[in-house]
Amino acid sequence: MGATILNLVGLMISASLVNNVVLSQFLGLCPFLGVSKKTDTAIGMGGACVFVITLASLVCSIIYKFILNPLDLSYLQTIVFILVIAMLVQFVEMILKKYIVSLYRALGVYLPLITTNCAVLGVALNNVTDGYSILESTICGFATAVGFTIAIVILAGLREKMEYNDIPAPFKGMPLVLLTSGLMAIAFTGFSALK
Amino acid sequence: MSADVKTGALGFKKDTPAERFFNGLIAENPTLVLMIGMCPTLAVTSSAINGLGMGLATTFVLSLSNAVIAALRKVIPGTVRIPSFIVVIASFVTLVQLLMQAYVPALNSALGVYIPLIVVNCIIFGRAEAYASKHGIVPSFFDGIGMGIGFTCAITIIGLIREFIGAGTAFDVQILGEGTVVPGPVGAFLAGYHPISIFVQQAGAFFVLAFLIAIMNKVKSNLEKKGKDTSKFQQGCCSSEEEKAADKIIAEKEEKEAE
Repeated sequence: MGATILNLVGLMISASLVNNVVLSQFLGLCPFLGVSKKTDTAIGMGGACVFVITLASLVCSIIYKFILNPLDLSYLQTIVFILVIAMLVQFVEMILKKYIVSLYRALGVYLPLITTNCAVLGVALNNVTDGYSILESTICGFATAVGFTIAIVILAGLREKMEYNDIPAPFKGMPLVLLTSGLMAIAFTGFSALK
Repeated sequence: MSADVKTGALGFKKDTPAERFFNGLIAENPTLVLMIGMCPTLAVTSSAINGLGMGLATTFVLSLSNAVIAALRKVIPGTVRIPSFIVVIASFVTLVQLLMQAYVPALNSALGVYIPLIVVNCIIFGRAEAYASKHGIVPSFFDGIGMGIGFTCAITIIGLIREFIGAGTAFDVQILGEGTVVPGPVGAFLAGYHPISIFVQQAGAFFVLAFLIAIMNKVKSNLEKKGKDTSKFQQGCCSSEEEKAADKIIAEKEEKEAE
């Protein structure tokens, strides 16, 4: 039991920091670059991602384990997963709107943005490739999303500081953000010693 | 109809196969001009061969899904068009994934999860929505080919730059640094190069793309000075959608605080 818990902790550290979803796997770059202007919105986006990615990893791994794998349909995983994720996001939005209004106010605006986020599908597919159990998949999904939140909040903080800096005109906007992300990626490679 | 309605990109007649091909390749290059599909652009360009493989797989999916969506454009009702497009695109992605597993297993394992992630590449969805759902089968097919080849060229070049600086190789052939294939004194000179390995690592992808976009920004501002139309130049289609949404959220919050 102790060994399993240690395993799961290792999995969390590896998924959130060592193999950071944005800086090392390049998944979910669109919201990372697009919604990182202000720390407030970055935190909101991160929260919505934690919610959706965790839920999507759980649902996709259940579907894979009990439907696709027994029926030998694992080659259909891409089609099935993308449709399940698109439906899930709609469904979560409706439920939150109706029953958990406070959470909907905080995260609702970000949910439609996540539907086609490649991080959600990427994590679900990676879980299958790595042969994780349902518990491991959910933990991995959660940790990945936490890693995304860490990265996007740090980037938003840096961008707020750099907003009025005097930089060469061609580098204004996207190039500066990409250079900052590159430096963050170098910093995050330091975590690979934790493996 | 005036003349400029009929002529498309680069002076070709509008919506002919050749016009669509060169439009995707040069005038509206998805990576360098439209700046869309950035995730695979960064992720698989650690070598030119990976970039080429990814580009060709995307071209295959893009041209065929464009053709099928154009063929079905009158059958698909407007309200369910997005899920329908996703199913068509995902089917072709599954097809390409199975073909690559069977015939090029090494490339397939190098590209890994990014092959199934072609589904969420916004180049494909963007072309389905913007072009194939409004035009005939033949121009849509060639639009897909043009856009796909444009994407392939761009990411192969990015891959080549990263590979050349980061490992001293071009298409896996050692040119710079130790073990160079170039003989004689030139080879001895080239062998003295120490590869800057950061360029083949993750951070290098961000740096190369940052400089590429900065160059395109410079090109754009030069064109503007000459009074040319630069409305096609954009920055990040998928992220600009999200940027707009984020700006809206920030504006709403500030309004509330002001009250």
